[in-house]
Amino acid sequence: MKSRHKKLVVIVLALAGIGIAAALILNAFRSNLVFFFSPTEVAEGKAPTDRAFRIGGLVVDGSLKREADGLTVSFVVTDTAKSIPVTYKGILPDLFKEGKGVVAEGKLGADGLFTATQVLAKHDENYMPPEAAHALEQAAKAQQTLQQ
Amino acid sequence: MIPELGHFALIVALLLALTQSILPLVGARRGNLTLMSVARPAAQGQFVFVALAFACLAWSFLTNDFTVENVARNSFSQLPEVYRFTATWGSHEGSMLMWVMILGFWTTAVSVFSRHLPDDMVARVIGIMGLISVGFLAFLLTTSNPFERLVPAPMDGRDMNPLLQDWGMIIHPPMLYMGYVGFAVAFAFAIAALLSGKLDAAWARWSRPWTTVAWAFLTLGIVLGAWWAYRELGWGGWWFWDPTENASFMPWLAGTALIHSLAVTEKRGAFKAWTVLLALIAFSLSLLGTFLVRSGVLSSVHAFATDPARGSFILGFLAVVIGGSLILYAWRAPRMITGGAFTWFSREALLLANNVILLAAMGSVLLGTLYPLFMDAMGMGKISVGPPYFNAVFVPVMAPVLFLVGVGPLARWKEASLPDLFARLKWALAVAVVTGLLLPFTLDGFNPWATLGFALAAWILLTVLVGFRERMQHGTRLTQLPRAFWGMQLAHLGLAWGIAGITVVANYQLERNVRMNVGDYTELAGYTFTFQGATEYNGPNYRAAKGTVEVTRDGRKIATLHPEKRIYNASGMPMTEAAIHPSFFRDLYVALGEPLDDQARTWAVRVFYKPFIDWLWIGALFLVVGGFLAASDRRYRIALKKLAIPAGAASQGA
Repeated sequence: MKSRHKKLVVIVLALAGIGIAAALILNAFRSNLVFFFSPTEVAEGKAPTDRAFRIGGLVVDGSLKREADGLTVSFVVTDTAKSIPVTYKGILPDLFKEGKGVVAEGKLGADGLFTATQVLAKHDENYMPPEAAHALEQAAKAQQTLQQ
Repeated sequence: MIPELGHFALIVALLLALTQSILPLVGARRGNLTLMSVARPAAQGQFVFVALAFACLAWSFLTNDFTVENVARNSFSQLPEVYRFTATWGSHEGSMLMWVMILGFWTTAVSVFSRHLPDDMVARVIGIMGLISVGFLAFLLTTSNPFERLVPAPMDGRDMNPLLQDWGMIIHPPMLYMGYVGFAVAFAFAIAALLSGKLDAAWARWSRPWTTVAWAFLTLGIVLGAWWAYRELGWGGWWFWDPTENASFMPWLAGTALIHSLAVTEKRGAFKAWTVLLALIAFSLSLLGTFLVRSGVLSSVHAFATDPARGSFILGFLAVVIGGSLILYAWRAPRMITGGAFTWFSREALLLANNVILLAAMGSVLLGTLYPLFMDAMGMGKISVGPPYFNAVFVPVMAPVLFLVGVGPLARWKEASLPDLFARLKWALAVAVVTGLLLPFTLDGFNPWATLGFALAAWILLTVLVGFRERMQHGTRLTQLPRAFWGMQLAHLGLAWGIAGITVVANYQLERNVRMNVGDYTELAGYTFTFQGATEYNGPNYRAAKGTVEVTRDGRKIATLHPEKRIYNASGMPMTEAAIHPSFFRDLYVALGEPLDDQARTWAVRVFYKPFIDWLWIGALFLVVGGFLAASDRRYRIALKKLAIPAGAASQGA
């Protein structure tokens, strides 16, 4: 092979490699994106029922209940306009508290119960998880437009 | 008084940084030796004043001076003294100050260890590092003054974030910054070479040890962060693909590519333009990492938008540094003469493949980290990209690199022969494949990921051994092998060690969450964990419930573990303090969840069996030691001595 041909082979191989990597990355990216929905959006039926997503808002005061096994908990997440009941089996994070912000990842059942696989409340005491703050903000905006 | 002194020192440092950058750069352009000679004293003076400012801030923290806003926000009178000191760099302002101080340290190191370099090169390198200093000092003084007073002063501080009150977090930021900022040296060398147009093998030889040392520090910093997360977050994980972690991992991937392409440029004179580009990328990613973690953009895009001063300064600075250096590159790089022809199958080509794949991996991390931020900033909805994405992408993309780790060091420069390599490596390949296929059966049945991990670990280990054997064939003893060779092999060995550990712990760890009353027990991996209750006690700045869990195996006592649940006095923030019993082949890890009854007799308890996790830390340590060893190779020091004489003679003549 002439050196020009060799160069061409190297370039073609490199491009093919990059192409495969890019396809792999973008495919994994599309199938692993986790979208966020506020309780209002879930109530409006905007959330998917076949794939996991995240919800966020405040844990309603007095809504935290424990099953007899001590590890399965249920609570209600609200954005002050709408609420979603959530169930979770596992140990809650340190900063999980009634009346505080929370984000949960999981799937929505046909009965409207959200089964969480992960509960996040990993920020400091005063801090609201960004998604939860976003949900509350949107609900407040919606109420304002209703009043006007 | 002291805080004002610190503020004043910062202003003097800024003036010195301006002097350090402008005069030598102009001098280098005009060939004026007097102007160029300003570089060293100005850089050293700047470092002294930044260090003075840092000492003033540390003093304010140690003496609980709550009239300083930064102290009031991030410290507390009950905080133990050591944490009051480390709180100096726990805040945004303090960590930026530390960033500049470390930059000053590196610049001073360059000014001391550059006697053998041409004067104009030194002037340019120190001048460019001075420009970076100017940017950061201006940022500190205009948007993030750490010495801001608070009127009226509060009675007490708001305490340091409890998560940071751990000695892993004491040394993690300085080590990480040593790595980030160390890439500034490689960056400055690259820009200096672009400015002067002198881009030769000597350039690569000068910047190589600096880059390797920076890379070793960055590795250490990242691993300390992972180790901290493992012990302190209470979830038993060590890597979460969190944006803050990715922010440090991206420069590491680019830096890893850089130290390998520098090897080619130094030894063969090839890839010059590519190596320079990688140096620019590595430092740009370090800046991006600093920006992501320190601007608050991660915790909330909106908070970032409402307090735009800091964010827009950093974004502007990033744009100037990245944009400016890329423009300079586009202008100058085409003029570089590429030397050292090689064929498509040679060590050069294999290292190029390693570089391309490492950058692809870096790109995948970049995409997963920035895309959600971008979507949020554009108001296009909130999304998150979690570990499933990174695991699905990262493992298959990195697997070929790990395979090449075994081939590259044994392939010949210029032109390698595939049949020859196969003949030398066929046994290693066969043993690695068999190990990968069989080992999972001895643990828990066939598992494709475990097979891949074990095969790659065995492959790297065996090829390292082949490398040693071939080097010693002609009677060379181990002690006669150069440190660069030792460094490379130890680092690759560490990689194998770490992969083995990750593979086992990721595929065979066991976890159990249980409700435990006093006297209850649970079994995991043959160990019996008996809960003996929790007692309350008062720490220096927290109250805690301290559990006692006795671990036995076949009736033999293994350990008594004391996991804690703490509530910090100032912030009211709860914290889980896990208890770990480490050993070479497994960690036993116990963390308290929450109390499940009013008398706090029954607790939710999380128990982990973490096999081989310590191999990960050991492997990482080998990477770090390998890096330092390679950077201390004799040939860099010989190069120093050889070059010192003509350089000195030249300056005398001028």
